[in-house]
Amino acid sequence: MLLQQIINGLTLGAVYALIALGYTMVYGILELINFAHGEIYMIGAYISIIVIGYLTAIGFTIDNPFISILIAMVVSMFFVSSYGFTMEKVAYKPLRNAPRLSPLISAIGVSIFLQNFVMLTQGATDKVFPGVFSIEGFNIFNARVTYLQVFIIAVSVLLMFCLHLFVTRTRIGKAMRATALDKRMASLVGINIDTVISITFIIGSALAAAAGVMVAMYYGLVNYFIGYVAGIKAFTAAVLGGIGSIPGAMLGGVILGLVESLCASYISSEYKDAFAFGLLIIILLLRPAGLLGRQVVEKA
Amino acid sequence: MKTILIAALWFGFIAIPFMGLKGLYLALAILIGWMLWMPIRRISESGIFNLSHRIQVIGGFLESKDRRVYITVMAVLLIAFPLVANNYWLDIVTLAGIYVILAIGLNVVVGLAGLLNLGFVAFYAVGAYTYAILSTYLNIPFWSALPAGMAISAISGVLLGFPALRLRGDYLAIVTLGFGEIVHLILNNWDSVTGGPNGIPNIAPPVIGSLRFDQPVHLYYLMLFFVMFTVVAVYRINNSRIGRAWVSIREDEIAAECMGINTFRMKLLAFAFGALWAGLAGVFFASKMRFVSPESFTFFESIIILCMVILGGLGSIPGSIAGAIILVLLPEVFRGIESYRMLAVGAVLILFMVFRPQGLFGGKGHPKKSSLDFLGTPLRR
Repeated sequence: MLLQQIINGLTLGAVYALIALGYTMVYGILELINFAHGEIYMIGAYISIIVIGYLTAIGFTIDNPFISILIAMVVSMFFVSSYGFTMEKVAYKPLRNAPRLSPLISAIGVSIFLQNFVMLTQGATDKVFPGVFSIEGFNIFNARVTYLQVFIIAVSVLLMFCLHLFVTRTRIGKAMRATALDKRMASLVGINIDTVISITFIIGSALAAAAGVMVAMYYGLVNYFIGYVAGIKAFTAAVLGGIGSIPGAMLGGVILGLVESLCASYISSEYKDAFAFGLLIIILLLRPAGLLGRQVVEKA
Repeated sequence: MKTILIAALWFGFIAIPFMGLKGLYLALAILIGWMLWMPIRRISESGIFNLSHRIQVIGGFLESKDRRVYITVMAVLLIAFPLVANNYWLDIVTLAGIYVILAIGLNVVVGLAGLLNLGFVAFYAVGAYTYAILSTYLNIPFWSALPAGMAISAISGVLLGFPALRLRGDYLAIVTLGFGEIVHLILNNWDSVTGGPNGIPNIAPPVIGSLRFDQPVHLYYLMLFFVMFTVVAVYRINNSRIGRAWVSIREDEIAAECMGINTFRMKLLAFAFGALWAGLAGVFFASKMRFVSPESFTFFESIIILCMVILGGLGSIPGSIAGAIILVLLPEVFRGIESYRMLAVGAVLILFMVFRPQGLFGGKGHPKKSSLDFLGTPLRR
């Protein structure tokens, strides 16, 4: 029972970590809470369902289930990155010099706009993910691990590893780190800040899209409002780990997944979302810098 | 022209997964919209029909001394309104009045003190449920429950504000959002007290002497009274020492503190004062609907109220009134667009932030920082 909950929690945590990375990267560079990030994840889930639905209709999935999931993932990551890129250009870039509340409000606007756009074009009912992946699995002690859970954890770890390599080993990654430290200095040494910000949004959105695809497969159902709660939880994970810190987001995601899964099974499943919100409030009040974040002087 | 063409095609392209080839119609629509918009902008820039200026003139007039005549005429029209309106329209306008109170309350918190509160609907819910519980369990009449509901709302504002107000802008917004969600979850799950998703029915209407306020006309006049009370009270406090302290905190908190303002206490006061009006609106809402359920107090209500404040102009009372009336009445006038209402709300939030951050009537607005400011460490966090 305990082991089972830990495995479920890890699966959930891997997904939260992927979404949290997008929050933390954007915050690290722009100091903006990208409120619409949850919607980006929801759009990823929808596009994968649309693509898989199309592939099933032409009879492709039956013979090549694995390839079709890869196709869905790539298409979804591509389109969702475009959404992230566009969102930044339309709603955040014009507001870079505005007071801090303005971009936050326009982010809320983007979030509501995207949710309703999806609802109006795709309908308000639940969408079902076609059963491509078998629900088989294996047992470890008395806990059941499905292949899907293994797949989710493996893909998440792989993506996070790639991101780590990208940020630490490439020129663009170096530029991103420099921009996060000091924008003015970075621009003085010849880094194009606009490009770095666009790339940050593109990468963050692609990771959220991957998370969306995997959650759609895991739960089998998506709806146009899944992005809101998932977004808040991923934000909690990012804050828990220390917002702005990439390893922090991964750690925070896993911890949040475990806490949620254990609380839901041992305390109360009705209030399972309240735990995430409560945890968020407590962290913000007691240790706003999170577990791995650097302590910043909070003033006005 | 080239940029707009590329942009239109790009929007059409990214809409393809959701709309199929209809995405291309979207591109076409954007292009046509732009072609219609450009001449209007040219004309308005040439000054013959300067829309932006006109709206500012109206806003300035509403803030000026001459407004007395206008207010008298409006008051007469509002009092005479039930003579020409049917019950349906009285009902809608009463609802709009509730939102006017809510928007004015949120305007105190967001517009004056500059504290973004995304869980404002929680205070509305506290007011509504306080009256619902007092009325159905304890048979306490409306007029005794009203101050109780307002007080409990204000106290919950203090309880949330006390820990949360130490945080800066965007973190504060997220904490208030979490508070709103927790209140909503409690309403939904604490079945023995709140009735869970079914809510609380059979709430008593307000009574004065032998007059039961259960007809739309009665509720309409009661609403007018409450709105007037709110407007006068908030207007008076805005132009007092406290109101000026709030504005100074919004503009520059450090400077405000240097001038001897106890910023924490003032922010707490703004939170409690805003919540007070939400409590009033909540109690009145419960007595009007005679039924409350968690459905009326979702996050989207908070966002719609925020949108009213921003549409009208942060910090402007006539603006909040106009914003509330526009957002409640427009979907009623254009019945077909009701499902597009939230889509439009989202677009309004973005467009107003980008093109007109001061809203329709807010003349003063936020000062723009210099164009290179974002490169350096922001002074105002």
